[in-house]
Amino acid sequence: MNDITLEERTRNLQGLGSSRKRVEDVRFTQGKGNYIDDIKIDGMLFGDFVRSPYAHARVTGVDTEAALKVPGVLAVLTADDLKPLNLHWMPTLAGDTQMVLADGKVLFQGQEVAFVVAADRYAAADGVEAVEVEYEELPVVTDPFKALSPDAPVLREDIKDRTEGAHGPVRHHNHIFTWEQGDKDATEKVLAEADVMAEEMVYYHRTHPCPLETCGCVASMDKVNGKLTLYGTFQAPHAIRTVVSLISGIAEHNIRVISPDIGGGFGNKVGAYSGYVCSVVASIVTGKPVKWVEDRMDNLMSTAFARDYWMQGKIAATKDGKITGLWCHTTADHGGFDACADPTKFPAGFMNICTGSYDIPVAYLSVDGVYTNKAPGGVAYRCSFRVTEAAYFIERMIEVLAIRLDMDAAELRRINFIGKDQFPYQSALGWEYDSGDYHAAWEKALDAVDYTGLRKEQAQRLEDFKAGKTRKLLGIGLAHFTEIVGAGPVKNCDILGLGMFDSCEIRIHPTGSAIARLGTISQGQGHATTFAQIIASEIGIPADDITLEEGDTDTAPYGLGTYGSRSTPVAGAATAMASRKIMAKAQMIAAYLLEVHDNDVEFEVDRFVVKGAPERFKTMKEIAFAAYNQAIPGLEPGLEAVSYYDPPNMTYPFGAYICAMEIDVDTGEHEIRQFYALDDCGTRINPMIIDGQVHGGATEGYAIAMGQEIAYDEMGNHMTATLMDFFLPTAWETPVYVTDHTVTPSPHHPIGAKGVGESPNVGSVPAFSNAVHDAFRPFGLVQSHMPHDHWRIWKIADDLGLHQ
Amino acid sequence: MSKMHVKLNLNGREVEDLAEPRTLLIHFLRENLNVTGPHIGCETSHCGACTVDMNGKSVKSCTIFVAQSNGADVTTVEGLANPDGSPGVLQEMFREHHGLQCGFCTPGMITRAHRFLQECPNPTEEEVRFGMAGNLCRCTGYQNIVKAVMAAADQINSQKEAVT
Repeated sequence: MNDITLEERTRNLQGLGSSRKRVEDVRFTQGKGNYIDDIKIDGMLFGDFVRSPYAHARVTGVDTEAALKVPGVLAVLTADDLKPLNLHWMPTLAGDTQMVLADGKVLFQGQEVAFVVAADRYAAADGVEAVEVEYEELPVVTDPFKALSPDAPVLREDIKDRTEGAHGPVRHHNHIFTWEQGDKDATEKVLAEADVMAEEMVYYHRTHPCPLETCGCVASMDKVNGKLTLYGTFQAPHAIRTVVSLISGIAEHNIRVISPDIGGGFGNKVGAYSGYVCSVVASIVTGKPVKWVEDRMDNLMSTAFARDYWMQGKIAATKDGKITGLWCHTTADHGGFDACADPTKFPAGFMNICTGSYDIPVAYLSVDGVYTNKAPGGVAYRCSFRVTEAAYFIERMIEVLAIRLDMDAAELRRINFIGKDQFPYQSALGWEYDSGDYHAAWEKALDAVDYTGLRKEQAQRLEDFKAGKTRKLLGIGLAHFTEIVGAGPVKNCDILGLGMFDSCEIRIHPTGSAIARLGTISQGQGHATTFAQIIASEIGIPADDITLEEGDTDTAPYGLGTYGSRSTPVAGAATAMASRKIMAKAQMIAAYLLEVHDNDVEFEVDRFVVKGAPERFKTMKEIAFAAYNQAIPGLEPGLEAVSYYDPPNMTYPFGAYICAMEIDVDTGEHEIRQFYALDDCGTRINPMIIDGQVHGGATEGYAIAMGQEIAYDEMGNHMTATLMDFFLPTAWETPVYVTDHTVTPSPHHPIGAKGVGESPNVGSVPAFSNAVHDAFRPFGLVQSHMPHDHWRIWKIADDLGLHQ
Repeated sequence: MSKMHVKLNLNGREVEDLAEPRTLLIHFLRENLNVTGPHIGCETSHCGACTVDMNGKSVKSCTIFVAQSNGADVTTVEGLANPDGSPGVLQEMFREHHGLQCGFCTPGMITRAHRFLQECPNPTEEEVRFGMAGNLCRCTGYQNIVKAVMAAADQINSQKEAVT
């Protein structure tokens, strides 16, 4: 058994650090994935929505008579049908309630008015066309500042007289909450007395996660045994089961929720949508399974947008650039209902990470949530609860301050970074950063792109431009971000009262292979590959011998799901902890088999060896068999364990991103010449998958920064509801990325991993945006809002007088 | 609505069923024939998740009526495995180079790449990016998809050389 070396044995496990190929890909590449729309049950019906063409209107009548005569249509549900069941409204994740179907009025274009149930999707679409709805138009407000004016139309008549909301006092009929963090008086004093103070409005526009697969579900109520099976594109299947039980009254043990393969989530599939409720009701009413799958327009108009934060910032510094204070007031546009997906105590998510990577002694943040006539949502689009907004805000404010100080923005960051020795670091807005070495990452990044050389080239380009030799400018976009992920400690993070722990259950089979089940659900992250790698390293069973399952609430342990980069920090930790429970028992079995004391054996890659006598050992395969075959005194048979892991803190991945961008002043077109992404996500489980996550997240960031938006006109018409108008980059536009890393393990995570999925979206948006701003800095540009599409860049140049 | 008799040569086999003429090819494949490799991402021809090969051309099957495809030769991702059932070169290279994450765009992407490499057997990276630009991916940023297609081209070409 000792014929191969320790290194070979380690390599054979394909554990931590191995760029193991993904086990999921065998079926995905052959068209054998099983996504929601692939699910077919005998007799299944199809549901589709009648949606409002108006952004704000009274619904004075819904006539379903003609629709019911359409061949194939079986039922049409309206709010009146849901009322007796008390399902015409549903709770949101943010402490608000939301109409399932229009109850007397509509608050955004695309709102669900009626649900047509038919034999197939064509008949359902025909039925939708035949439903007659009468509307009486009401004044529309799509601007959150106008929504707070005294004479603004009342949007939420259901709660117009309240003085107390889910998050404290309410001061206006369209005001949802005010959330304050930090020391207001101390911050304002610092601002008043500062050598230098820079002030700017930073807008992070409304956009949408837009996974390639839209949201959908199949509800199947078995009236004989009283059990409901709900398949769906759920990023949090267990939480959905609890929510369905609470709002429907069906006992939780009679509900089985299954998330099959999910075609991308990015936050879009966290919330609860009208389609789920209506499908369940329709299945109960018709006694048949009912499928509902959005089309792309439904998806972009009605399910979970992201961002839409107006962030007014003030930043104070000494003459030589040491930041002394940060102030931020955010106006948050939540649309017609507050359906944000944030932990309960954080109505603006983790926006209070907005001091970023910098040692800022005093800070103050306030956020006003506002209703407008737009779609509800406010989800974290590849983001941990508003950290993308926070990172964009601080990375813009740093650039604005650098302009005010007439200083190089790389140097300004360098002198303000939290020092390596300051960790664990208490931020002015209440977080304890676990670990980091920002200076090392920053210097590595600047060297890698030859920052000095780039600046020289830029200066030459500027001269050439001024001399009329070129019409292209060069922008250098810098960003250093600090993420806050892995929500989170149960003591301060819950969703609808459910603590944000996560879980893993491992069973070792007699022949030494294993199955593990987790409370999370992969949407492309490759959990079946990477979580098996954690187990492989922990217990010495090859990753190829470990099956991984998620997403079936009847078999998987309870967990809060996958979003906010929480799978590795929380469920990954649970995986390591469950493995360690297995190992504690395995050690006793090994000692028994080797006839020595428990403490006289030690673990070595894939076996327990007797200390000082390495020729005496038992492999994990032998130990697994013994667990099922031997009567060991004092030990139960079997070898399995479960861990519910409540993390002691968040993790704080960070990174340094640099973008060099060519900008054509006359056309507004851009070309990304170079994009360098350094990520520090702590211990690296699978470098191949990390690189893939960075490529994908940076591309989503590229889209957001350079063209992607959810836009409305003043009438509340949705202007970007197809992929013709909503920018998703193709292979042609997408830049090439150079990835790099440093490794600063998390001190509190069992394997030191921090999570990486969202970092590239958090870091790349400011890098791209700062490159645009940097190109025009010599001409006086201080702030210009995203997205930086060709027209908007052309407009910057035009406004700066560069087209004469 | 009355139904018509539709015949296809699908992945080398004759198949037939009844469908309304307005039925989109993607729905005919997925609902009538249970061929669920091609996916629906937009229903407006933008995303390419539904890409199939029809009569030697890449088409987006969400914008082809089944009446237009009657009698056609259609290949989907299910038809791109080797004759012995093992994954085909493109399928293998997508896995080898991590050219997929959630897998939703993958069948359309691979089916497009299959046709593209016949149109352009020795592509440059730029040609791959242009030739694949009708297929959207939200996960990978395309970098590894480009790598996978380039690697597949190399393999196919070296196999051809070995034969000749």
